[in-house]
Amino acid sequence: MPAYARYLAPLLAFLALTALLYKGLSINPRTIPSPLIDKPAPAFRLPALKHPEQFISNADFQGKVTLLNVWATWCVACRQEHQNLVQLRKQGVRIYGLNYKDKRPAAEQWLQQFGNPYIANAFDADGRVGINWGVYGTPETFVIDKQGIIRHKYIGPITLNAIQNEILPLVKQLREAD
Amino acid sequence: MIPELGHFALILALCLAVVQAIFPLIGSLNRTPSWTAMARPLAYGQFVFLAFAFAALVHAFLTDDFSVLYVAQNGNTEMPTIYKVSAVWGAHEGSLLLWAFILSIWMIAVAAFTRSLPDEMVARVLSVMGMISIGFLSFLLFTSNPFARIFPAPLQGAELNPLLQDFGLAIHPPMLYMGYVGMSVAFSFAIAALIGGKLDNAWARWSRPWTLVAWMFLGTGIVLGSWWAYNELGWGGWWFWDPVENASFMPWLAGTALVHSLAVTEKRGAFKRWTVLLALLAFSLSLMGTFLVRSGVLTSVHAFASDPARGMFILVFLMVVIGSSLLLYALRAPSISRGGGFDALSRETLLLGNNLILIVITALVLLGTLAPLIYDAFNWGKISVGFPWFSTMFITFTPLMILLMGAAPLTRWKHQDGGELLRQLRLALLLSVAAAIVVALPFAADNGAAGVAVGLSVWLLTTLLTSAWRRLRHHGGISALIADFSSRGGRSYYGMWIAHLGVAIFIIGVTFVTQFDIRKDVRMSPAQEIVVNGYRFRFDGVTPRQGPNYVAQRGTIHVSRNGHEVAVLHPEKRTYNMKSRPMTEAGIDVGLFRDIYVSLGEPLKGGDWALRLYYKPMVRWIWLGGLLTALGGLLSASDPRYRLRVLAKVTGRDVPSNTLAAGEQA
Repeated sequence: MPAYARYLAPLLAFLALTALLYKGLSINPRTIPSPLIDKPAPAFRLPALKHPEQFISNADFQGKVTLLNVWATWCVACRQEHQNLVQLRKQGVRIYGLNYKDKRPAAEQWLQQFGNPYIANAFDADGRVGINWGVYGTPETFVIDKQGIIRHKYIGPITLNAIQNEILPLVKQLREAD
Repeated sequence: MIPELGHFALILALCLAVVQAIFPLIGSLNRTPSWTAMARPLAYGQFVFLAFAFAALVHAFLTDDFSVLYVAQNGNTEMPTIYKVSAVWGAHEGSLLLWAFILSIWMIAVAAFTRSLPDEMVARVLSVMGMISIGFLSFLLFTSNPFARIFPAPLQGAELNPLLQDFGLAIHPPMLYMGYVGMSVAFSFAIAALIGGKLDNAWARWSRPWTLVAWMFLGTGIVLGSWWAYNELGWGGWWFWDPVENASFMPWLAGTALVHSLAVTEKRGAFKRWTVLLALLAFSLSLMGTFLVRSGVLTSVHAFASDPARGMFILVFLMVVIGSSLLLYALRAPSISRGGGFDALSRETLLLGNNLILIVITALVLLGTLAPLIYDAFNWGKISVGFPWFSTMFITFTPLMILLMGAAPLTRWKHQDGGELLRQLRLALLLSVAAAIVVALPFAADNGAAGVAVGLSVWLLTTLLTSAWRRLRHHGGISALIADFSSRGGRSYYGMWIAHLGVAIFIIGVTFVTQFDIRKDVRMSPAQEIVVNGYRFRFDGVTPRQGPNYVAQRGTIHVSRNGHEVAVLHPEKRTYNMKSRPMTEAGIDVGLFRDIYVSLGEPLKGGDWALRLYYKPMVRWIWLGGLLTALGGLLSASDPRYRLRVLAKVTGRDVPSNTLAAGEQA
C-alpha cells in the first residue's frame, strides 16, 4: 500500500458526497406532483376579461382537451412565455387564460400589444380561484382532458422545448383517448 | 450601452483570470521571474474590470433600466434607493457577480499586502485564486449573465422580494460573501504550500491573519442574518437550522477549527497535515454552501432562484476544485514533517480536542442538512430534519468544548503539570459550579439545562479572568495593560480573550431566550389590555399607512409597566405593490436585558386582531456575543507581530533588493 493511501480518505469521502449531490440534482423539483393531478379541475365561475357580462367556468372545458394558463401583466416570466403560447395556439391547441390578480385595462392592452393566444380569459381579480387551483406563482399551465380532469401542471414559463416534448405529445395522447 | 460594456468587462476579466491561473504558476515552477511578476498586475486588472461590471449593474438598477432582464425581475421604480442597490445582490445572477467582485477584492488585498513574502509564493497563491475566479466568471457568463436583455422592455419591474427589503439583509450578503470568499485566501495559501512542498511555520504565519479576517466577516454575516430573521420573519426566532443558514455555519465552524489549528502550527510547528486539511475544508464548505443555495438541491425558504442546469455547473466546478485539491493533499501529505511533539496534557492536546469537536459538529450539521437528500436518493421516503435534532446534537457536544475552551488558555504549550493546572482552575471551577446550582435550584427540575449553561458561561468568564490576572499580575495598572496590549502577541491574546468572552455572552443569551421566553397568541379588540410578565399591553387598533412602495396595516400597542410607559410599538402587515403576499414587520422594543416583541396576525371580526406578544429575556446577548467573537478575530489579525516580521524582513534585505522593493512600490 503506498504511503499516501490513508490520506486519500478525505478525497474518497468527498467523491461519495458528490455522487449524492449528483443524484440530488436529478430529482427535479418541478416534477413535484401537484395534488390536483388526475383530479377533476376545481369548479369555478368567473367573469370574462373582455366581456365582463359573460362568464367562464369548467363547463367550457368539457369535451375538448384544453390548456389553462395562469398569467398576469405584472409577471415578467409571463412575458417570456407569451410568444410561445401564441405559437402553441397556431398549432391548434385550445388555451384558456386565468388572468390572475390583475387589472382589466392593463391585461387588455397586453393582449393587443403582444397577441392573444387565448380563446377567452377568466378574470380572477382577487386570486381566489387561483388559490383553489393551487397556484403559487405565475406563470403556471394546466393540461385538462376531455372529462375535465387535470392531467399535467407545468410550472414556470413554457419553453419551446417543453412544448415539443411535453405539452404537444400529451395533448395528442389525450385527444386520442376517449 | 452600459450593460453591454459591463458584459464586455466580465469577458475581459475572465480572459485575465485565465492568464493569471496559468503563467504565474508555471513561472514559479520553472523560476521565470518575468512570469511570476505577472501575478499582481493581473489581479489588479481583474479587479478593475469586475468593479466596472459591478458598477454597471448598480447603474442599471439606479436608472431603472428594465430592458435588462435581471433588473426587470428584481428592480422597481418605487423602491427606495438603498434597496435598489441591494437588489443588485438580491437574486442569483447579481449575487454571483458580487461573489466574483469580492474575490477580486481579496486578490488585490493579497497582491498589496504580501510584499514581504517570496514572489514565488505570491505567484502561486494568486494563480490558485485566478483558477477559482475562472470558475465563477464562466459560471456567470455561460449560465447566469446578469446583463441579458429583454425585449420588449416592461414599463415596470417586478420588484425585489419584499422579505429582502430590510437594512439587515441589504448588508448581510456582502458580509457573508466577504467571509466565504475570504476563505479562498487560506485555501490558496494551503494549495501554494502543497505545490511547493513546504509547509512550515512561515506558511501558518502568512495564512493566519487572512483566515482571521475572513472568519470575522463570516461571523458578522451570520449574526446579521440571524438579526434579520428575528426582525423580519415575524415569529421571534433567531436561528432555524435552515439549509442555507447551515451552509454559512459550516464554513464558520471549520474556520474556527482552522484559526486555532493555525495557531498551533505557527507556534509549535505541529498539526501541519491537519491544518492544511482544515484550510481546504473551510473553503470547500463555502463552495458547497454556494452549491446548496444555488442549485435547488435542497428546498429552503431561501431558495429564491434555483435551476438544475446551474446546479450541474457548480457540481462540476466543485469536483474540479475540491477533488483536485484533496488529491494534491493525498499525494503531498506523507512527506509533510510531523513537527513539534507534545505531551498528553498540554495546550496542543486541548486545542486538538476542540478541533475534533468542531469538526464532529460540522459533520453532523452537514449530515442533518443533507439527510432529506440522502433519503430521497435511496428512496427511503421524505424526511425533514428539524430543530430538535440539531439542538440535541449541539447540546451534546458544546459543554465538553466549553470545558476545554476554558482550560486551554491556562495550559502551557508542550507540557503541563496536572497539579498546577488544577490549582489554577480551582477557583473558576468552584464559582461556576456555585453559579450553576444557584440558577438551577430555585426552580427545580425544569431549569437544570439553564443551570448547566450558566455554569459553563461562568466557567469561561472566570478562566478568562484568571488568565488575564496571571498575565498582568506582575505589572499593575492601566498603563501595564496598554503596554501589554500593544506588545507583540498582545492583540493576539486580547483578541482571543474578547472572542471567548463573546462565546460566554452568547451562551447566556441563547439559554435565557430558549428557557425563559414567554409567548402569548391573543385576540385583542381595540382598547383591550393584556398583561404578560408584568408588562401591560394595550391595543389601540390598526390604521392604514402608505409606504414608499407598499401599503401597510399599522397597529399601535402601548406597553407599560407599573404605570410607566415603556414603549409604543407599531407592528405592521405590509402589502408591497408588486407582490401580493403580505409581509409582517414586527414591533420591537429593544433592551439589553429583554426585548418586547409584537407581531400582527390576521384581522378578525369587529375590529379585533390576532396578535402575538413576546417577552424575550437576554435575546440581544446572542448577537452581542456573536459580534464580540468576530471583533476578537479582527483584533487578533491586527497583531503587530504579523507586521513586525515584515519590517524585520525588509530591513534585513541587502541594498539592491531593497531598491527593487522600493521600485515595486512606486
